[in-house]
Amino acid sequence: MNQDVCLHCRAPVPASAERHVVIDGHRRPVCCDACETAARTIIDKGLADFYRFRNSPPAPAPGGQTAANPDPHFERWTGYDRPALQKEFVVANDDGTQTAHLLVHGVRCAACSWLIERGIAAIDGVVSIAVNPVTTRADIQWDPTRIRLSQILGQIAQLGFTPFPHTEDTVERFAADERRRSLKRLIVAGLGMMQISTYAVALYAGAFQGMDPAIEHFLRLVSLLVATPIVLYSGAPFFKGAWRDLRVRSPGMDVPVALAIGAAYAASVWNTLIGHGEVYFDSATMFVFFLSAARHLEMTGRHRVLGLTDAFSRHLPRIATRLVDGEPREVGVMELAPGDLVLVYPGQTFPADGCLEGGDAHVDEALLTGESEPVLKKAGECVVAGSINQRTAATFRVVRIGADTALAQISQLMTAAQLEKPPVVQLANRVASRFVTGVLLAAVIVGAVWWNLDADRAFQVVLALLVVTCPCALALATPAAFTVATSVLARRGFLVRRSGALEELNRVTDVLFDKTGTLTDRHVMLRRTVIFGPVDETRALQIAAALESRSEHPIAGAFSSIAVDQEPGQVTVVPGEGLQGTVGGRNYRIGTPDFVARLSASPVPPSNEVPGTGRYICLGDQDAPIAGFELAEAVRPGAARVIETLARRGIKTMIASGDREAAVRAFADRLGIDVYHAELKPADKLSLVRRLQDAGLTVAMVGDGINDSPVLAGANVSIAMGSGTSLAQYSADCVMFGENLETLTDAFGIARRTMRVIRQNLVWAVLYNIVALPLAATGFLAPWMAAIGMSTSSLLVTANALRLSRLPESAVTSEGDGASQTTSSVEQAV
Amino acid sequence: MNIIFILIPLGLMLLIAAVWAFFWAIRNGQFDDLDSPAWRILLDDDRRPPGVDEER
Repeated sequence: MNQDVCLHCRAPVPASAERHVVIDGHRRPVCCDACETAARTIIDKGLADFYRFRNSPPAPAPGGQTAANPDPHFERWTGYDRPALQKEFVVANDDGTQTAHLLVHGVRCAACSWLIERGIAAIDGVVSIAVNPVTTRADIQWDPTRIRLSQILGQIAQLGFTPFPHTEDTVERFAADERRRSLKRLIVAGLGMMQISTYAVALYAGAFQGMDPAIEHFLRLVSLLVATPIVLYSGAPFFKGAWRDLRVRSPGMDVPVALAIGAAYAASVWNTLIGHGEVYFDSATMFVFFLSAARHLEMTGRHRVLGLTDAFSRHLPRIATRLVDGEPREVGVMELAPGDLVLVYPGQTFPADGCLEGGDAHVDEALLTGESEPVLKKAGECVVAGSINQRTAATFRVVRIGADTALAQISQLMTAAQLEKPPVVQLANRVASRFVTGVLLAAVIVGAVWWNLDADRAFQVVLALLVVTCPCALALATPAAFTVATSVLARRGFLVRRSGALEELNRVTDVLFDKTGTLTDRHVMLRRTVIFGPVDETRALQIAAALESRSEHPIAGAFSSIAVDQEPGQVTVVPGEGLQGTVGGRNYRIGTPDFVARLSASPVPPSNEVPGTGRYICLGDQDAPIAGFELAEAVRPGAARVIETLARRGIKTMIASGDREAAVRAFADRLGIDVYHAELKPADKLSLVRRLQDAGLTVAMVGDGINDSPVLAGANVSIAMGSGTSLAQYSADCVMFGENLETLTDAFGIARRTMRVIRQNLVWAVLYNIVALPLAATGFLAPWMAAIGMSTSSLLVTANALRLSRLPESAVTSEGDGASQTTSSVEQAV
Repeated sequence: MNIIFILIPLGLMLLIAAVWAFFWAIRNGQFDDLDSPAWRILLDDDRRPPGVDEER
């Protein structure tokens, strides 16, 4: 092993690291104070097994403990002791204890939940604790006379996890109710079906060997008694669904199912009462049971996905520390207003969107970007609600709260996108509807034919025919595949705003990249200033900084370190060209040389006279150009690999930039992109897209959400690089968060898998129905065989669609794989 | 064979008892988390915390 990794978070640790903990007699390195505290707490509590059984590392332990600040955890959570706040998530029990519902951030597997349960249950005063590793929900019961809730929360934090109060929303309560109802129906159907099967065996045997008519009649009556609750209670959803379908005149898959169950039950009841003829209680109940099982599985998968989507809005704290005249004061998050100064302790979550003041902060934006590596944010930079502050306490000024935060916008956009039906699903629904109509017609025809051939068997054959056909691949599995795929992508920091975009993404032949802010990261640096006229360099930089202070373009970052002493007036943004505005009463332009030259109608020194290959922009006023700036841009992490991966998949990549030729060429060479277009205005970019489309190509455009919006709108599928702000203004189909561009290849990969799964399901559906329908129509299938066949097919396609939620780790997070494998082998040894 | 006129109703009563037991379990949240119990058996609950400081 060349490099050690941290015992707790598996981050690489230099071999010379000082920190370590001792576990079962072995010295194991840890990376930082926070991890050391968490690991030590875990080992001291006798819970070292955690490191043996966990299958993924927890988020790096939040918060550091320093000697000067030995145990700050408890006081941080005291706000949660306020009765007004506890009303939302704590219930009082009859025996004087209290129960709190929490969500715990950082729980990734069952070992994490075991760790918390064991660690907290050992505390005096805690009555019980249960942590669900899938929903990350924790229910804690404690005795308020012996311990305070804030102390328990502090202990959870010390183990390296972040607790949040959990108020159940309606969606979730609905999901829990649905799950319980469905399970009850399943159990009634299952137990009842087994009983009826035993009676049916006796009746079949009796039919061959002879049976006392009194006993036969008795057995049929008992079957009727047991079958009634199964059909009426467990089968109710099918009847309701069929009725709903018929009312809107689009027969779905519930119609033949309900028809078959209803007909089999009604005929059996009638025959039981008149005392002769066949009974089909066994087939009817078996059908109800198997189908309920398939629906139950589909629902379980749906709820899992729901949990993933909802994670967005839920991981927000309820209290915040507001600074009033430098004095920290605990307030509810709802009481915050834009402009408030808020203190966030290490390990706590930013309660609102805002800008950092005073100092830098390491921020874990995993909720937004899917990357758990903390990002360094400098003073003045924006932080979004839901990201977790690591290492040091940070102060920030609130800009947006509640429903205006980026997080809230994302979850709104996601809900909207998931409600919208992509073209494939619409098509599948139409086909399913026709298919069902066809089956009903076929049932009538086959029934009529059999009536004339063998009237006794006609009913059985029609029943089998209705039961055996399976449109599940269309009606159930296709929408499920899309829902799962969009949720998986969202968790990796790729938000699909228009669900049809997944389908388009799979067909893309050419990807067009913007350069600045897309292939380069957001940190643009000023490398060189060239002065053209009488204005000196300091003044030129000040004017530029004043103008750029009003811009959201990544270029503005190059000037952000220069102090602005004059406020600019009337700054207007010309997308793709630059900015215009007044500073100290004079009119200035900053941007592309062309744009600046037009203001003074005098030519700007051509870009090739300015040395270097960085991005080149100019500053000028009405009279003459003033200065030229060369900006240095760093390649965004993962960019080279994305280009390579796309090329391997046969997708062409090209750069379309507004920058000068030399800069773009140098950049394209560095990334290995052959085709590049420089000095393009937004209109030129759009016509480039149109040209490609006219040549029959499907174009994806990756660019800045605001400055490239016309091009994004023109492309077949558009991907905007999101910075977490002004999301609603973006006109793109997809928004990508996070620094690593490799999320893009993930998105292409998942789109491809989704379409493949849908195709597989459709092929299976066609094959199955082609085989099953003739068999049923010719009378080879008994109704119970048809019930098993249809249920199996239904389970198969649903399970196949849900497989998408278990995709391998993303390219972004798999980088550390080698390291974690070495650890796990070490951990086995431990 | 008349015994079945007693045995089958008895069986039905057992069925009702079983369904009632399941409903009770569902109502009490026994089926709400089906993932962690499978893991829990792997993790020892009876390991004592090691004595004092293990750094020597």
